[in-house]
Amino acid sequence: MSPMTPDAADALTELHAHDLAGALRAGIVSARELAAAHLARTHRTDQGLHAWLSIDDERALAEADAADARLSAARAAGPDALAALHPMHGVPVALKDLVSIRGGQATAGSRILEGYIAPYDAHITERLRAAGAVILGKTNMDEFAMGSSTEHSAYGPTANPWDLGRVPGGSSGGSAAAVAAFQTPVSIGTDTGGSIRQPASMCGVTGMRPTYGRVSRYGIVAFASSLDQVGPFGRDARDAAALLHAVAGRDARDSTSAPIAVPDDLISLPAGDDEAAGWLRGKRFGIPAEYFPAGMDAGVDARIREGIAALEAAGAVVEPVSLPHTEYALAAYYIVAPAEASSNLARYDGVRFGHSVRGGGDYLSNYLATRGRGFGPEVKRRIMLGTYALSAGYYDAFYLKALKVRTLIKRDFDLLWGQGFDALVAPTAPSVAFEFGAKTADPVEMYLADACTLPVNMAGLPGISTPCGLSDGLPVGLQFIGAPWSEAALFRAARAYEGVTAGSAWRSMRPRDLAALEDPAVPTPAERAARR
Amino acid sequence: MVFPYHRGMATLTRADVEHVAHLARLGLAEHELTELEGQLNHILEQYAKLAELDTDDIPPTAQVIELETILRDDVVRTSLDPAAVLANAPERDGDFFVVPAILGGD
Repeated sequence: MSPMTPDAADALTELHAHDLAGALRAGIVSARELAAAHLARTHRTDQGLHAWLSIDDERALAEADAADARLSAARAAGPDALAALHPMHGVPVALKDLVSIRGGQATAGSRILEGYIAPYDAHITERLRAAGAVILGKTNMDEFAMGSSTEHSAYGPTANPWDLGRVPGGSSGGSAAAVAAFQTPVSIGTDTGGSIRQPASMCGVTGMRPTYGRVSRYGIVAFASSLDQVGPFGRDARDAAALLHAVAGRDARDSTSAPIAVPDDLISLPAGDDEAAGWLRGKRFGIPAEYFPAGMDAGVDARIREGIAALEAAGAVVEPVSLPHTEYALAAYYIVAPAEASSNLARYDGVRFGHSVRGGGDYLSNYLATRGRGFGPEVKRRIMLGTYALSAGYYDAFYLKALKVRTLIKRDFDLLWGQGFDALVAPTAPSVAFEFGAKTADPVEMYLADACTLPVNMAGLPGISTPCGLSDGLPVGLQFIGAPWSEAALFRAARAYEGVTAGSAWRSMRPRDLAALEDPAVPTPAERAARR
Repeated sequence: MVFPYHRGMATLTRADVEHVAHLARLGLAEHELTELEGQLNHILEQYAKLAELDTDDIPPTAQVIELETILRDDVVRTSLDPAAVLANAPERDGDFFVVPAILGGD
């Protein structure tokens, strides 16, 4: 095939993965052309965004060539062989930089893992390769996934393509921003307290945190092991669902991954808007009052209420419900997550891998210096909090208390599932994307950015954020929360919402700073943040 | 402000902060200790909220999904490539990691 013009290549980057899948099978485009188009756009536009920590052109193109070879073989073998290829086959994907790729970096946004080369593939890396997806590179994140703005990355912040002076959310901010800016059609993030849904909301893309146990964490840098889950970003529900389908399922190497079938519904969501919207008729959604606190952004509140009205107009039954322990979730989370983190991060000792400071002193002085210099401020805060909460004399008062409150939070949800609700509908985040530096002075302010998402993690539930319009020109996300293992229904709900709002003007709006990213003199996010 | 803040008694002293840093094996500079003392106390104030709840009869939840213990088959598998693992060693001697002495010495 002849080389494409830059415009034609750019046009490819604006298609959905499900469109690309069709074009690949029809032989209209090759996986190599797709990879090359996305790599070119990423290299050209990432100075002002900084969504990526590493881009591996050589590996991506080799994977694309392998995908093309499998496509050719399948085409020769007949329609059944072609149909057996996964929808992600030949589709470019980005991974948050805490997912291991053998022979590649996995910094987790931290200096302490600078220079570390993963000696093995994560389970999801293997699954993506088996599906034929093409991994372009690794995305920026808050250090060890601790943060809600990507400002805690040791490698500098990521910007929001809707406004380069604002954060993309976090901690999976690079993965969300890259999808929003058409650098990749889909990406992988992790969500411990909202780290997929909140940046999806702020960047105007779709992001899901699956049920705890749905995706193996083998080969993924741990933050808080009873809360961490891996999930997808996409520019619509169908793309994100197909990516989840590719990576989900039992893996013997993560004993918490559940032996529960991954529904093929994830790769057969309706293409037609009317058909998708029709699913809503008779569905029952609960609206938890506690997720609409006094003082939340008026614009966010308005968009969410319009979204709920649209669901109702399409035939869904909407009822007010209560999750009375919501107000305790933040405090309980900020005991449980740091406690688990302090334990998980004890492994970074500068002995076997990663950053190591050796001044000829004894082992203790080496530990202190390695960890003191290798970790950034937010990680140190959480390690300190967690160590304190688990220390002698405080375990019962803090950690055990938090686990008991966790039971109450989970019971609130269980009660509603027992009453037959198909899902709960709420805001994803209490505000739109905020400016660099707006919440860095007070850690508690930053923690509050996850107030509407972290109760879901505490209960181990799946949740999805789907775009529902703009407030002050910035994206707002509508969150659907479901019972365990209800990912397919949540994707159907998000797809249905896309269907009922297909005619809305905001649906066709693009991130308003895309043009600025094309300027070779555009400031980096770190430069913008430093000016504030 | 979306959710109410809670202000209460500070509970961590400077000595406590230094003790916890030692337990966590974090070498912190003076200015970090000072900053953390304030921030940790501010965060601990938020925890006070939990005292409102009577949880005496509530069992703790450490794990949210109910799974039976699943044992894998006891089969021989390839382990990680020692060369790739050792390539990450900050300091090595052949096939060994070099570590500072933990006994004796000074």
